[in-house]
Amino acid sequence: MTHKVHLDHAHLRHLLKAMIRIRHFEAKCVELYQAQKILGFLHLYDGEEAVSVGVMEALTPSDAVVATYREHGQALARGVDPGCLVAEMLGKLNGCCRGRGGSMHFFHRAHRFYGGNAIVGGGLPLALGVALADKMLERAAVTACFFGEGAVDEGEFHETLNLAKLWQLPMLFVCENNLYSMGTAVERAEAETDFVHKASSYKIAGDKVDGMDVVAVESAARNAVDKIRATSEPYFLECRTYRLRAHSMFDAQLYRSKEEVEAWRKKGPIIRFQTWLEENRLIKAEEVSEIDKEVDAEIAAAVAFAEAGTLEPISEIERFVTMEEIPA
Amino acid sequence: MNAPQEAVASLRMTYREACKQALRQALLADSRVFLMGEDIGRYGGCYAVTKGLMEEFGEARVRDTPLSESAFVGAGVGAAMAGTRPIVEIMTVNFSLLALDQILNNAVTIPYMSGGQFAIPLIIRMATGGGRRVAAQHSHSLEGWYAHIPGLRVLTPATIEDARFMLIGALADPNPTLIFEHVMLYNMEGELSSDINAVDIDHAKVLRAGTDVSLITYGGSLFKTFEAAARLSKEGIEAEVVDLRTLRPLDTKTILASVARTRRCVIIDEGWRSGSISAEIGMRIAEQAFFELDAPLRRVCGREVPMPYAPHLEDACLPQPETIVAVARELVRPT
Repeated sequence: MTHKVHLDHAHLRHLLKAMIRIRHFEAKCVELYQAQKILGFLHLYDGEEAVSVGVMEALTPSDAVVATYREHGQALARGVDPGCLVAEMLGKLNGCCRGRGGSMHFFHRAHRFYGGNAIVGGGLPLALGVALADKMLERAAVTACFFGEGAVDEGEFHETLNLAKLWQLPMLFVCENNLYSMGTAVERAEAETDFVHKASSYKIAGDKVDGMDVVAVESAARNAVDKIRATSEPYFLECRTYRLRAHSMFDAQLYRSKEEVEAWRKKGPIIRFQTWLEENRLIKAEEVSEIDKEVDAEIAAAVAFAEAGTLEPISEIERFVTMEEIPA
Repeated sequence: MNAPQEAVASLRMTYREACKQALRQALLADSRVFLMGEDIGRYGGCYAVTKGLMEEFGEARVRDTPLSESAFVGAGVGAAMAGTRPIVEIMTVNFSLLALDQILNNAVTIPYMSGGQFAIPLIIRMATGGGRRVAAQHSHSLEGWYAHIPGLRVLTPATIEDARFMLIGALADPNPTLIFEHVMLYNMEGELSSDINAVDIDHAKVLRAGTDVSLITYGGSLFKTFEAAARLSKEGIEAEVVDLRTLRPLDTKTILASVARTRRCVIIDEGWRSGSISAEIGMRIAEQAFFELDAPLRRVCGREVPMPYAPHLEDACLPQPETIVAVARELVRPT
């Protein structure tokens, strides 16, 4: 049983635009980083865009998302306004978290976006709890939990998968396998590199998908989410992908060859999808430039919004260390 | 409405029973409340605190977990973010270290990092302290160490009243709260006055008034301190006993007021001395009440060793009434 993605023109354009938005957004992030307006760590999603764009297509606004520190793509694909994300990275009060979190810690309550977690594996138990709460409160929602293959090394991965199955929680585990946990190749860290097989040891059904193919990811995610909604059981989706840029901005990439990166760049998710669309005359070259323009205008507006933002007064530095009330 | 003056009824119960009644009240009052932890359901809780609750409230609300501290504490964090009111039990404080990532990196940071978008109204109960001859992986007192962390509330109920009602106060707090139940208190019996149905969780309390020395303590050391105060009284030294009750936020005001009255102070803390809550209290007194003091600050702390098994060694590690008496006496009547 595979889920057919409805490949009408509007949808194809939407997918391409969503990926280009992430790519251009991050290109702007690099500029802002080089201008020392974005500081600290900046983990780029270049090459992995098809994963979050494809998966988010299968989710509804009432579903929940838990992401990692490489979460620009997830936040944008989830529909979070790019302006508040840039502002967050500029440390501004109009950032999605008032400039408290930065690049690695985007949270957005209205989008049910539960972070932005920079402890590898740390988001998995949290996602388990979100799914548990939804189940106990009888909210029909799926919790999509994104994590890299490095998280599989952590005990929390195993504890969480076990409990998700044991408690029959409607969770979509999205393993973004980009082949390296920072600089350690997957086969140097994992004795068993078949992650779907690992999930099956917890009796969780799963599937592998080419994470560089946005339509394949969407189809697999829709398939998975259909099963989750039908059974209220977790599902595991391994997306095989590749990080085309450095781990963060401080990475000399001594652990992989330039040729390897170049070979992957040629099969990058955007170039691949765009070429396929053009070859099959599903989109015209001028439409792509139109998308570029639209996206660049959005990003320019986002940067302007962020630049215009103010800084949180230092007098508020202790605010939210403890909360006065539970936000409604 | 003023009740007519009559003898207030009181109920005799154990600390364990008080803890259980608190949990039961919480489950009855709010359908979003649920319990989660190792062996809390079918087994009845390793200290029998939750015995019978699964039968009464069902397996979904009294949820047995596998031995996955990080996952079920983290699940508590996520469930609290998403609108429920989890109360997690960790068998013993040493096991909480397996969940420290979730406590410190998630429960504490998320309200702040998210710019106040999410509260984490999560309660974690755990047994703490020594005295049961269970050696160095089940006997430590790490509550003072947790009190180092901004964003946590740290409660150390010592009395039956606090065991019964601090949890209810904690449920009204939107912040992650750790409740440390001292293992030697579970079997303790006491009277619970029937006219009390709540306690505040912000303040320390003077439980014995005195004029000569302040004995500041909490948790399992409280009753040893009472005993010391009784012995001191026979020698003509009247000690004031302050039960801290809440280690974070620390009620400095009550501490300073007591020290201002007695001008002498001994802090009794089962935790290790270095970098401890007793060190913090001492420093606050030094910073804010130095000129009120007639004598140096003193401490009676846990010995700085991993807890040994042999009874004579374990006893030598823990604050004992005779040590407290000796230190207080020396302060009041220096030789």
